[in-house]
Amino acid sequence: MWRRCLLAGMFAWLAAMAPASAFVAYVSNEKGNTVSVIDSDSWTVTKTIKVGQRPRGIEFSRDGKFVWVAVGDDDTIQVIDTKTQEIVDTLPSGPDPELFTQDAAGKTMYVANENDNTVTVIDLATRARVGDIQVGVEPEGMAVSPDGKILINTSETTNMAHFIDTATRKIVANVLVDSRPRFAAFKRDGSELWVSSEIGGTVSIIDPVKHEVTGKINFEIPGLRSEAIQPVGIGMTRDGKTAFVALGPANRVAVVDGATHKVIKYLLVGQRVWHMDFTPDEKYLLVTNGVSNDVSVIDVAAQKVIKTIQVGELPWGITIAPQ
Amino acid sequence: MLRWLIGTIAFGMIASRALAADPVEIHIGYLGHAGVKSTLSLVEQPADNDGLAGARLALEDNNTTGKFLNQHFVLDEVRLKDGDDVAKAASDLAGRDDYIITDLPADALLKVADTLRDRGTLLLNAGAIDDRLREQDCRANVIHVAPTRTMLADALAQYLIWKQWKRWLLVVGSHDPDKLYADALRRAATRFGAKIVQERTFEDTGGARRTDSGVTLIQRQMPVFTQQAPAYDVLVAADESQVFADYLPYRTWDPRPVAGSAGLVPTSWDAAHDQWGAIQIQNRFAKLNMRHMTALDMQAWTAARMIGEATSRTNSGDPKKVVPFIKSPGFSVAAFKGTRLTLRDWNWQLRQPILLSDGRMVVSVSPQEGFLHQVSELDTLGVDRPETKCKLQ
Repeated sequence: MWRRCLLAGMFAWLAAMAPASAFVAYVSNEKGNTVSVIDSDSWTVTKTIKVGQRPRGIEFSRDGKFVWVAVGDDDTIQVIDTKTQEIVDTLPSGPDPELFTQDAAGKTMYVANENDNTVTVIDLATRARVGDIQVGVEPEGMAVSPDGKILINTSETTNMAHFIDTATRKIVANVLVDSRPRFAAFKRDGSELWVSSEIGGTVSIIDPVKHEVTGKINFEIPGLRSEAIQPVGIGMTRDGKTAFVALGPANRVAVVDGATHKVIKYLLVGQRVWHMDFTPDEKYLLVTNGVSNDVSVIDVAAQKVIKTIQVGELPWGITIAPQ
Repeated sequence: MLRWLIGTIAFGMIASRALAADPVEIHIGYLGHAGVKSTLSLVEQPADNDGLAGARLALEDNNTTGKFLNQHFVLDEVRLKDGDDVAKAASDLAGRDDYIITDLPADALLKVADTLRDRGTLLLNAGAIDDRLREQDCRANVIHVAPTRTMLADALAQYLIWKQWKRWLLVVGSHDPDKLYADALRRAATRFGAKIVQERTFEDTGGARRTDSGVTLIQRQMPVFTQQAPAYDVLVAADESQVFADYLPYRTWDPRPVAGSAGLVPTSWDAAHDQWGAIQIQNRFAKLNMRHMTALDMQAWTAARMIGEATSRTNSGDPKKVVPFIKSPGFSVAAFKGTRLTLRDWNWQLRQPILLSDGRMVVSVSPQEGFLHQVSELDTLGVDRPETKCKLQ
């Protein structure tokens, strides 16, 4: 009996300790000019950091020491020290940076500069700009292939995914997709590249070797006009089996079978859902809802929204600390 | 060995020729009038390149995309002076261009459409808002990028209804375009449930728009003109001719807002519009032209982008492929309005949201929430399929 009691007590204690795996998420609030810090233990905002004007693209450094946030109207990327949660430096991004990505080693950053049709290359060790690549009109989505050899940039008015050789920094292929491509994501095994088209209303599946669109995901929600379905953010599980696509003003996240590309279900979230990130254990997916000023927490296995967290004005991007 | 060598050389030659192949050239004509009309407000005075500047930006955008597809776009600009023969100018342009963007009055546009009827030239109307061009006078070779008066009036009416400003005092100018706009506003009032409590006509008795002490006179004139009106919520002015409407805000006898041709104005574009990525095109436009982007600039930009979009999607410079694609159900164009713009297949009018601007800010964007439609909510703006008088031929 005593033994059982102790055991039960120990389990309770262990359960309470489980949030030792608590995660920290950083959310950029485009209109509020702030970054909200969310603790996954309590699912509450623990701090609001004042940043520059129009924060959008946001990402953790690979070592977890810094969070970078693109502040477009200040033409720079700010560096937040995650220990002190204060801005400690800036990166020379070029004008109006929006989205950016980094290579697997965390050595090089690639930034989409909407205003001058370029992708800027930044060396993260020296925090110096080391090159520019000319791309199409209004560059936005950015992704690096799992093998690190190819950088993808999507251009919103040119409507292409540009394939850039990371060694030579030259464009090697251009693939036409539907209107206003916003986001690009590779499957972890490198077999597929997914590109969302906000105005076209589709996600294109691209063969990264042949540089061809091999399939398209369409979304249909009963009672909703098709113009309201505007895919933006994409999140794929590491095993490539399940993908989540944020559908903007449709206020839903589509759950897509990674193998068949069929939509399994639609999850109702907040208004104008935009970008997303997984917790490192892939138990949860957090999505930003711009118009309702909140973040929805999705239980990945159950495919259910379990929580809504109020953040700042017009939440845009989100990044969760690596472990 | 020798064979292999020859083969290699031959392949090398073919490859280098293929690489150096001249880009496919796509010529787009722009046919408009030189000179601009005078406006009441000095800040509203259009630039000499109004419209054309938008087409030029679209050509830059098309060419940025075109360099990845080996396509090159050229703009062929013709500005007509008073007395120039519009039909001849159009025929000359059609000799070089498969597509012509027009900024012409309705009658001139019809003359051009009928002159080029058998040549296969596609006309893109960027300037004329007349409903009759999409109704009884519609033409199969004309695509309308400019919104219509009824679309503009409906966009305004939906907002005024949403705002519960349902009693309108309608003031109409004495020129024909003013009367056409008033027709559209009356139709909108009936459709959406507003009541026109009274109509007044503002006679244009002539007079200069620029004077040194005009403001004193106007301050006396406008309250008197608007006094003794039945109870109303909003004054709606139809004054396309720029004679009086801009004098009304803050000068009405009763303290009431003004809408229509002044105050809250429905428009396809505004220099203050920054949503849905629009800030990017506003910045690009300002960089290229050193001024703000107007509605006419945007309409011309959209027209030229439609050609660019269809040319890249069909990967062809052949209008026999491009034009049917533009007219196919799958065609759409993105123009910073938060939704894709598509064509009404019964009269080739471009569906588009309409901005409501007060001259400094975008106040709202129509269609308003709650105005529903079985096909597209954008079809709650303007003359819809069941009412159309257009028979395309």
